[in-house]
Amino acid sequence: MSGAGVRVLLPSLLRDMIGAPGEIVMDVAGAVTQASVIDAIEARYPMLRGTLRDVATRRRRSLVRFYACEEDLSHDEPDAPLPDAVARGAEPYLVVGAIAGG
Amino acid sequence: MSGVRVLVGTRKGAFILTADGKRDNWAVSGPHFPGFELYHLKGSPLDPNRIYASQCSSWFGQLMQRSDDGGATWTAIGNQFPYDGVPGTHQWYDGTPHPWEFKRVWHLEPSLSDPDVVYAGIEDAALFRSGDGGTTWAELSGLRKHGSGPRWAPGAGGMCLHTILIDPSNHDRMYVAISAAGTFRTEDGGQTWTAINQGLHSAHIPDPTAEVGHCVHHVAMHGSRPRTLFMQKHWDVMRSDDGGDHWREVSGNLPTDFGFVIDVHAHEPETLYVVPITSDAHHFVMDGKLRVYRSRSGGEEWEPLTHGLPQENCYVNVLRDAMAVDSLDECGVYFGTTGGQVYVSPDGGDHWRTIVRDLPAVLSVEVQTLQ
Repeated sequence: MSGAGVRVLLPSLLRDMIGAPGEIVMDVAGAVTQASVIDAIEARYPMLRGTLRDVATRRRRSLVRFYACEEDLSHDEPDAPLPDAVARGAEPYLVVGAIAGG
Repeated sequence: MSGVRVLVGTRKGAFILTADGKRDNWAVSGPHFPGFELYHLKGSPLDPNRIYASQCSSWFGQLMQRSDDGGATWTAIGNQFPYDGVPGTHQWYDGTPHPWEFKRVWHLEPSLSDPDVVYAGIEDAALFRSGDGGTTWAELSGLRKHGSGPRWAPGAGGMCLHTILIDPSNHDRMYVAISAAGTFRTEDGGQTWTAINQGLHSAHIPDPTAEVGHCVHHVAMHGSRPRTLFMQKHWDVMRSDDGGDHWREVSGNLPTDFGFVIDVHAHEPETLYVVPITSDAHHFVMDGKLRVYRSRSGGEEWEPLTHGLPQENCYVNVLRDAMAVDSLDECGVYFGTTGGQVYVSPDGGDHWRTIVRDLPAVLSVEVQTLQ
């Protein structure tokens, strides 16, 4: 379960869109997973629907990556629990645009 | 007091340029949505404060925006464009079957009769309609399900539906153009479609006069003569006087007939503008000279317009949606380049000046004439 909230750092282009210069803190109901964190992001910021994952398939967009605790979680199952440090708010969940072109 | 508002989509955001009817002094607002590709912005002809915009990113996909105050503020609208049913396959570059996949919205065409109705042309090619101001979108799938769909193929820019023209005398009649499939017409508001490519000749396909497969770059129409269409094909400038049933070449004395844009003077339906580009291999203007060509005779006879345009060391391109005309008494002509310049001629092409010179590469230019 979430404690102090899940800290999320979005790519700068998406932070600009929602007017959040730094981390956002998400209250996540139930198990803290990548899917539930993104569910919470999309619920609070509907304009971000489709920017991180495909709306229909819920698969990660190919040029978006997810990191936490110095690990690449991009290829983990979306419903797998996130590290406890992320769930407790001790470490941020990082959404990163892949380095590709300009 | 009349004025103009120029909507400029670029590789890294949107810009809005405004001036009074003299078109001498310009105010520049932007970048709007900095960092995103703005493929197209277009205002409703019924409510000029309503503007629709296509915002996209290779990283974060398609977003859509709507402004109801002339571009001062924006609201995110629906960004889901689901194909109707199982979309099947089209041809890939090498002729093999390739699944239909949504990539981006290339062109937005607001309705002539209802500001809440807007059409979207997308890649991979399909036509969508929204009846609720862009909140939701539904495919007019009769186009994609035209029997020729499996034979459509992408052009170098992708398999995009980039042109949507609505006949002002009959809103159920529309024309669309797809690269590289060709041009299509509907008479029933988009339910059924006819391929209208007779007379086109394209050397890049096995049968140069095939029903589909033509890389049409842009089509233009003058509202007073909706059965007359002008086309800039990959190569060749073409004209039809029967709603696209037959086409004939009107390239005439152009130095090269490769290009992307084509447009028609607001008050002279036989006055056309194109920007010749060197070749399909060299996507820049010829000989380092930026020249708009004008025909006052509906094609065939063309004159270069150079006054105020760079005539040395210029190697820009002008992309297919990056030219527009206003409807002031003295028609203004506008275009944007891949070098980031936006030019205006307030006298129908005789004299040109830069409005802005150093934007990101320009993808699209639209003009609203404000009263």
